[in-house]
Amino acid sequence: MKPPKFSYLAPESVKNAIAMKQELGENARYIAGGQSLVPMMNFRVAAPSALIDLNGLTELSKVSLSSDSALNIGALTRTRRLENDPKITGAHPLLAAAARHIAHAQIRNRGTIGGSIAHADPAAELPGIVLACDAEIELQGPRGFRTVHAVDFFESVFTTALEEGELLLNIKFPRWPKDRKWGFQEVSRREGDYALVGIAAWFDLDATSSISACGLSAIGAADTPVRLTKSEAALLGSVPSLPLFEKAAAEVTADIDPFDDVHASAIYRCEVAAALAIRTLTEAWERDT
Amino acid sequence: MSKSYIGKSIRRLEDKRFLTGTGKYIDDVKLPGMASMAILRSPHAHAFITKIDMKSARAMEGVIDVFCANDLEDELPEIPLRLAPFTDFQRFLQKPLANKKVRYVGEPVAVVVAEDRYIAEDALELICLEVEPLPAIVTVQDSLKGETLIHDAAGENIGTQYSVSRGDVEAAFKGAFYTRREHFRTNRHGAVPLETRGLIAEVEPTKPLLRLHGATKVNFFNRRHLAEAFNLPESSVELIETDVGGGFGVRGELYPEDYLVPIASYRSGRPVKWIEDRRENLSATNHSRDITCEMEIAATADGNILGMRASVQGDMGAYIRTNGGVVPSKAAQFLPGPYRVPSFACDVQFLITNKTPVGTFRGPGRFEANFCRERMMDLMADDLNIDPAVLRHRNLLTPEELPYRIGELVPGDPDATLDKGDYPSALDRLLTECRYSDWIDKQDPSDGKLRSMGIACFIESSAAGPPESASITVLSTGDIEVRTGASSVGQGTETGLAQICAEYLDIEIERVEVSHGSTTLVKTGGGTFHSRNTVMAGNATRIAAKKVKEKAKELAALRWNCHPTELTYENGEVCKSPDRFTLQELATFAETRGDILSADAIFDNEKKLSYSYGAHAAQIALDITTGLVKVERYWLTEEIGRALNPAMIQGQAVGGVIQGLGGTFLDHFIYDDDGQLLTGSFADYLLPTSSELPEITAIALENFPSELNPMGFKGAGEGGIVAVAAAVGNAIARALKPYNISINELPLTPDRLREALRGAESLK
Ligand SMILES: Cc1cc2nc3c(=O)[nH]c(=O)nc-3n(C[C@H](O)[C@H](O)[C@H](O)COP(=O)(O)OP(=O)(O)OC[C@H]3O[C@@H](n4cnc5c(N)ncnc54)[C@H](O)[C@@H]3O)c2cc1C
Repeated sequence: MKPPKFSYLAPESVKNAIAMKQELGENARYIAGGQSLVPMMNFRVAAPSALIDLNGLTELSKVSLSSDSALNIGALTRTRRLENDPKITGAHPLLAAAARHIAHAQIRNRGTIGGSIAHADPAAELPGIVLACDAEIELQGPRGFRTVHAVDFFESVFTTALEEGELLLNIKFPRWPKDRKWGFQEVSRREGDYALVGIAAWFDLDATSSISACGLSAIGAADTPVRLTKSEAALLGSVPSLPLFEKAAAEVTADIDPFDDVHASAIYRCEVAAALAIRTLTEAWERDT
Repeated sequence: MSKSYIGKSIRRLEDKRFLTGTGKYIDDVKLPGMASMAILRSPHAHAFITKIDMKSARAMEGVIDVFCANDLEDELPEIPLRLAPFTDFQRFLQKPLANKKVRYVGEPVAVVVAEDRYIAEDALELICLEVEPLPAIVTVQDSLKGETLIHDAAGENIGTQYSVSRGDVEAAFKGAFYTRREHFRTNRHGAVPLETRGLIAEVEPTKPLLRLHGATKVNFFNRRHLAEAFNLPESSVELIETDVGGGFGVRGELYPEDYLVPIASYRSGRPVKWIEDRRENLSATNHSRDITCEMEIAATADGNILGMRASVQGDMGAYIRTNGGVVPSKAAQFLPGPYRVPSFACDVQFLITNKTPVGTFRGPGRFEANFCRERMMDLMADDLNIDPAVLRHRNLLTPEELPYRIGELVPGDPDATLDKGDYPSALDRLLTECRYSDWIDKQDPSDGKLRSMGIACFIESSAAGPPESASITVLSTGDIEVRTGASSVGQGTETGLAQICAEYLDIEIERVEVSHGSTTLVKTGGGTFHSRNTVMAGNATRIAAKKVKEKAKELAALRWNCHPTELTYENGEVCKSPDRFTLQELATFAETRGDILSADAIFDNEKKLSYSYGAHAAQIALDITTGLVKVERYWLTEEIGRALNPAMIQGQAVGGVIQGLGGTFLDHFIYDDDGQLLTGSFADYLLPTSSELPEITAIALENFPSELNPMGFKGAGEGGIVAVAAAVGNAIARALKPYNISINELPLTPDRLREALRGAESLK
């Protein structure tokens, strides 16, 4: 479990990093926290010829609120900070709650939000949150800057809309209203393991206490995180109640396409995704905001 | 005033170096000129080797040597049988490198020696292994069919089979009011110590010497066989023990690498280091626990057991390794357990499959047997409408019935006898601790979870095998050195033996230093397995200490010109009132005479086993929707005769429970139909972690000191693990009683529980 030989480069700016990548080509990889890439290298599943280390690029770890109250989180922001920094926990409690389910403190201290999203494990928490919350993913590449909406970003297992040489700069979460209801639930074999399946949900209520907007996503339930649009449709315009949540949960299986692995069968994932949807919505509903 | 250490929770002497990072594990050992070794392991479960092309690997810069079986002039030796060496097993022994055929994923095929491990692994990728695949046998059923033979020369895939019995089981079943038959299965898993194996071999070009660092467990047995394999006198082979990060039965047996590393060193003329990485560890180090058990019980209407019969099948993997038939044979022998079972019969089969070979793992066969028997007891309790604790009480052997002959239940083993004890009181103590009579299984309105409690009883033998040695030397500095042939694998042996030495020599424990394991320390040794150390090395240390005292008196008598019988020994000094000599003074005096103040001792328990016993209870909460089980509280009692160090015994019990919870819920070597190991990394092979721990109450009882050794010790290293699956399985089955779900197969995963519930719910 030793990686093959690679060279190491430490760029001084994003521009510099992209130029390096352009020069070294496809076999070079960016490295952030290394918590996914390094194990893959040790198993020789990945064998990059060069690592371009993003860790020195402080410009990538900025967290700020823009004038429209959108929350901007730099790609190099550590997972640990997502759960602890009041700037984030206050502005986006769902993101903070989900982050706590990722691995263990040691790994969260190094792993980054950008790394998790670029890695695109279908069971990973952060991609699920990005998707449920309609985040915009900001990229910089050899051909300039662009923004990709979360729904267009995750293509399949470990595969995203990132093009050759593109660097994830920033994740932009739309404004989070103070009284938004939210919940996050997952099932894993042990604490800190990737989810067998998990559900993220939020909704806003209008003056008549009906659901005016909502977002639901499932992780561990297909080859990408999945937006549960049918369940959302079932919720919109109605007053929250257990029967309503059950109706929405009944739609979950229509949107997901889970797989069998050594930890759980596809049937298990279907069943539990639906059950968790009820729990997550109930958790959201019962939350005092 | 005499110093008392036995029975005290002395802080572990070894912990300071472990906790401050100054322990010396095998990978910390670095020798000048040392090269690094890596092993090409078969990616195929079953195949003929048609070609191994090593040309490009050999040509790589930094590569010193590349070899496969064909490159070796001498025939490779077979890895010997150490335990349960049933006759037919000779046909299935493993050689260190596969020749012509590979039989499991992970089997060594070729070896690279290079300047460092990185280069060695690069070179592995350049070796081209061509094979002609054969069908993989991954179940005992297919193995039995024998359509594909794994070892052609053997003519069958049955390692061996035998039947054992006592009493008239046919008659017992014929007239019985109640009988029940069940099929149980325990999951293939393993010890998976946190420190993987590792070895460094050194050879001397000018004289016959082979030194192997990283050895542990049974060093004198291993030395004998390595000496034979390398055609050296035993005195020319040195096995050196470093600090060890966990043994649990798997570490320190002879494996292919114990031969390959020395061969690599001989060929290259350099010290060679091999450190097993985790990926190798999961397919190269012994697996365990993989048995199925078809079991039947007969009883009266009151639940008094009349007989048991069973057939046990063990999936042995591709070869029979050093531990021979221990796992299935002990599973069979321990099936009747602590109960009055007047008649018992068991057929045992050892089946060869295309998987990693199996060996012993903490509580070998006992964990498995307890699961089957204790689940059966609970099923019977429900069938006969008797409380599970009451049912156990009716059947537990009483103090009056002990010692109790259990008969010859393992071929080749002597007739076995359970020694004295009080099984019912150990159960009663458990029931009091867990407030069994106040407990009610229920669905909790607060969180909707099903909460229930399960109990299980066990017995566990300890301290088998050859005698153990210890030697004590008083140095002229006043320090006391204890050396033993027993090994330390992290369990606190240094502390335990220092306690015994300090107590018997009546000195401060700080003066005692314990060295262990290495064949250079003492002349002989039995080794460390079967919860032996405290019993065997402990008693050897006691005898050595007594002899040192006698020797001290003899030396003092010379100084005083008197007879030793006129002298007394106290407070680490020899006295002839009002004069006294300290041990240090006497050691210095001995030196001036060209002597040393030291004594060697051997303790032999003549292979008589002492049985610890007790009971476990688990309180669980089950989320019926997700199938997730949380063990909320855990209790166990264990009669251990006498506690040397209560804190260390507590640690053994708690650690055992945790490891047992892993085996019950998580640890699982899963193979696919092609014999590929699907749980080959820590992402998929799941170990229990601190996040999953319940509150554990472990109570060591000291009511029945063993009569088989003067200090009264019984082994205490395995009682914590052996009944965990049984107690937890019973608790889960109680929770799911309304659904009539059978909990007969481990591990108890959320997926399995949901699958069973799905079936049950659809019937409703
Ligand atoms: C034991 C363990 C348990 C874990 N459990 C979980 C879990 O429960 N849930 C979970 O979600 N994750 C889990 N992880 C993964 C962890 O969250 C990783 O940190 C994360 O997946 C990757 O982030 P990273 O910063 O470490 O990325 P790296 O490993 O450095 O990189 C991952 C990939 O992303 C690319 N990349 C990184 N940053 C950028 C960027 N800014 N732009 C473009 N590409 C980039 C890299 O080139 C690489 O391909 C676990 C990891 C470990 C070791």
